[in-house]
Amino acid sequence: MLRAALPLLGLPLAGAGATEEPTQEPGSPGEPPPGLALFRWQWHEVEAPYLVALWILVASLAKIVFHLSRKVTSLVPESCLLILLGLALGGIVLAVAKKAEYQLEPGTFFLFLLPPIVLDSGYFMPSRLFFDNLGAILTYAVVGTLWNAFTTGAALWGLQQAGLVAPRVQAGLLDFLLFGSLISAVDPVAVLAVFEEVHVNETLFIIVFGESLLNDAVTVVLYKVCNSFVEMGSANVRATDYLKGVASLFVVSLGGAAVGLVFAFLLALTTRFTKRVRIIEPLLVFLLAYAAYLTAEMASLSAILAVTMCGLGCKKYVEANISHKSRTAVKYTMKTLASCAETVIFMLLGISAVDSSKWAWDSGLVLGTLFFILFFRALGVVLQTWVLNQFRLVPLDKIDQVVMSYGGLRGAVAFALVILLDRTKVPAKDYFVATTIVVVFFTVIVQGLTIKPLVKWLKVKRSEHHKPTLNQELHEHTFDHILAAVEDVVGHHGYHYWRDRWEQFDKKYLSQLLMRRSAYRIRDQIWDVYYRLNIRDAISFVDQGGHVLSSTGLTLPSMPSRNSVAETSVTNLLRESGSGACLDLQVIDTVRSGRDREDAVMHHLLCGGLYKPRRRYKASCSRHFISEDAQERQDKEVFQQNMKRRLESFKSTKHNICFTKSKPRPRKASRKKKDGVANTEATNGKPPRDLGFHDTAAVILTVESEEEEDSDSSETEKEDDEGIIFVARATSEVLQEGKVSVGCSNKNPDKDPHMKFGGEP
Amino acid sequence: MGSRSSHAARIPDVDSLRQETGFSQASLRRLYDRFNALDRTGKGYLSRMDLQQIGALAVNPLGDRIIDSFFPDGSLRLDFPGFVRVLAHFRPVDEEDDGNRDPKEPEPLNSRMNKLRFAFQLYDLDRDGKISRHEMLQALRLMVGVQVTEEQLESIADRTVQEADEDGDGAVSFLEFAKSLEKMNIEQKMSIRILK
Repeated sequence: MLRAALPLLGLPLAGAGATEEPTQEPGSPGEPPPGLALFRWQWHEVEAPYLVALWILVASLAKIVFHLSRKVTSLVPESCLLILLGLALGGIVLAVAKKAEYQLEPGTFFLFLLPPIVLDSGYFMPSRLFFDNLGAILTYAVVGTLWNAFTTGAALWGLQQAGLVAPRVQAGLLDFLLFGSLISAVDPVAVLAVFEEVHVNETLFIIVFGESLLNDAVTVVLYKVCNSFVEMGSANVRATDYLKGVASLFVVSLGGAAVGLVFAFLLALTTRFTKRVRIIEPLLVFLLAYAAYLTAEMASLSAILAVTMCGLGCKKYVEANISHKSRTAVKYTMKTLASCAETVIFMLLGISAVDSSKWAWDSGLVLGTLFFILFFRALGVVLQTWVLNQFRLVPLDKIDQVVMSYGGLRGAVAFALVILLDRTKVPAKDYFVATTIVVVFFTVIVQGLTIKPLVKWLKVKRSEHHKPTLNQELHEHTFDHILAAVEDVVGHHGYHYWRDRWEQFDKKYLSQLLMRRSAYRIRDQIWDVYYRLNIRDAISFVDQGGHVLSSTGLTLPSMPSRNSVAETSVTNLLRESGSGACLDLQVIDTVRSGRDREDAVMHHLLCGGLYKPRRRYKASCSRHFISEDAQERQDKEVFQQNMKRRLESFKSTKHNICFTKSKPRPRKASRKKKDGVANTEATNGKPPRDLGFHDTAAVILTVESEEEEDSDSSETEKEDDEGIIFVARATSEVLQEGKVSVGCSNKNPDKDPHMKFGGEP
Repeated sequence: MGSRSSHAARIPDVDSLRQETGFSQASLRRLYDRFNALDRTGKGYLSRMDLQQIGALAVNPLGDRIIDSFFPDGSLRLDFPGFVRVLAHFRPVDEEDDGNRDPKEPEPLNSRMNKLRFAFQLYDLDRDGKISRHEMLQALRLMVGVQVTEEQLESIADRTVQEADEDGDGAVSFLEFAKSLEKMNIEQKMSIRILK
């Protein structure tokens, strides 16, 4: 089948072949030499890389074909389609070559296919969300996996004792425990692939996904421990071995995390110095992360944890240090590699299933396993959630629990682990392999297909039965926004004491060490944009004397404005001054007939247009789409509008209050990290606090020199000689995605009340 | 939080605050710590700017209005009791409270009506007790993305006011507002669980 395709590409090969040494020339002396060969078949030289390239090509072409049909991709997750494709291809190969080639080799899988996916996940993991929910994630990862492993293993053993599993499956309790340990781990690849299609709230996503990443340590330890026990023979296991097993759990997980952090540190440090060699920055990122993976793998520590920690740890500093183009390159390459690896994995899973020489069927075992993993996962999730809800600030409700238990997919990791088993030590290996294949297929295909409808059905069931009125729509959004805002005011997220401490430590030591000097200042382009936004707005506003002037309307330069067909100055008046007066606008007469249709249209408009409150955002970890998602766009819009309004109100209040002329101290970037406005005034004894609960760095810049230049034209600026201090907070996401919270603040806030109220301590 | 050893005695008027707002000691403690954290310069009160520096509020469409609601009657300072009083609206509703509440006592701050009032005054900027069409339009402008045109917004505002307006005065009074939301689970939507 493959050779048929090759003549199409014969020409380049011929070119390559003609320059080769004629090694394949028959050397028998009796025949005359055949002469210079114009065309030679050099298949063996290129076989291995060619096959690799070809498989990846086939997988990518398949993806293109899938996405041609919108309908199919909306119903069926890609992972299912890929597995089915793999099955089909495997069948073809089997039929043609009469033997199964191209298996999912554990070596290839663990060394080449898994690292890109884990790196991609670790790098793009929202760290704040991750650490906020770390308790829940760890509980599910550690306790949940252990629970699943032991209960499944024990139940299967019980099944065997009860005779439901055929005696030809020779397995003792330890064998079943071993099997339980490898089948119980939730797989990050599968989870990501399916959850991308199902839009759940971000907390749920991060919990399931974090669990799938962190349980690697547990799985690795359990697998190794049980494997060694099986090899030693159950009679030889002593009590100390159990203790060693427990200890190795800590060693593996903490060691893996430590390796990851070490490499994260190295990576951040090296990127600090790459200013002149920008071109190697993406390469550094990938190499060091891969090195972390391999080092952990070499030391038998948890490699997935290492890469995850490396990605999480280095991201903030790397993003600050590397150039904009490198950032894009890293992002894109990571996504491409991960997507490609995932595709190949699923396809190979499908293909490997076809080789029946590797597996043996036992119905009792298969059905029992399927039932037990579902049952025990659900039970485990319910129990753990009940315990966790006592401690969590935001409880996990029933839908979340259903999604969590249903979304515990098994995938290629289980398959690779089962293939690694030694048949001489574990005689039941073939049965286990068959069972694993069935389990993986079932979870990915059946659960993957049905999870979306299930979630929809549950959500629809919970919501109100009648169609919400416009009022309810609007007010519901209002309430959500209010709640989100008040939560921010209250500082809703937990653990903030430790987060504060970490951020102080980070500011003082780490960031200075790991981040480039110039990264302290707000990135020039971002700063420029917002500086220009505010000053330009200010100038325009003030230029027009604070009133709306011409009938052409006032549009501030960078403001996204609503396109209005008939833009009257009255509209502008309302928009800009926001007066409290109730103007009786000429209502644009909409046709009153067809009320229902109108209803529907308005609902549609409103729903589509309303800004989504925080809770409704879907997680932005998407393998397949890098486009700026709606949340960012929304945030930008809202932010610009808010800042504009604040600027306006600031302008209007300043006319009422007269400030003392105080020379703002030039403070540009000579100080590295300062917090808030506090340092411009009397010193405060309090430790600087970060309110945004992002990883932030606050920088104060006084803009007075530039501002004075620009404001020469406007008188009102000149008469109050105040500096507008832009307190710019750069979050890690901010630097990456180019948004900055800029708050305009008055330089001497204390002085106003002093002016107005006549002094006060 | 636990390693901060501070006495409840340092919170001024803690008992009357507890009485008024219904917060537990622990919640008041937490809020007091938060208040002090927000008050970066140690002034003892909060100004608008302190609240504006909460980054997440800048990307919330209603962020500025919420900040304004902390400063009633145009005041420029927010002291701790004021802070707590506003937040008391968001305390989860206790089931037991409703049953044996003395009807002569003022309604607790976190009752359904008071929660609704809080939301109402976010709309009703001129405090005339009604949400006029214009105010509705302004609120809509805040909350809807720029791809919706001005005409569309106006018609939505019209319809919204019409739907809720029962006595035909072209504005939504508080009672009409409450009635339009009678099916919504306000108690759950406007409660922050940690503020017990």
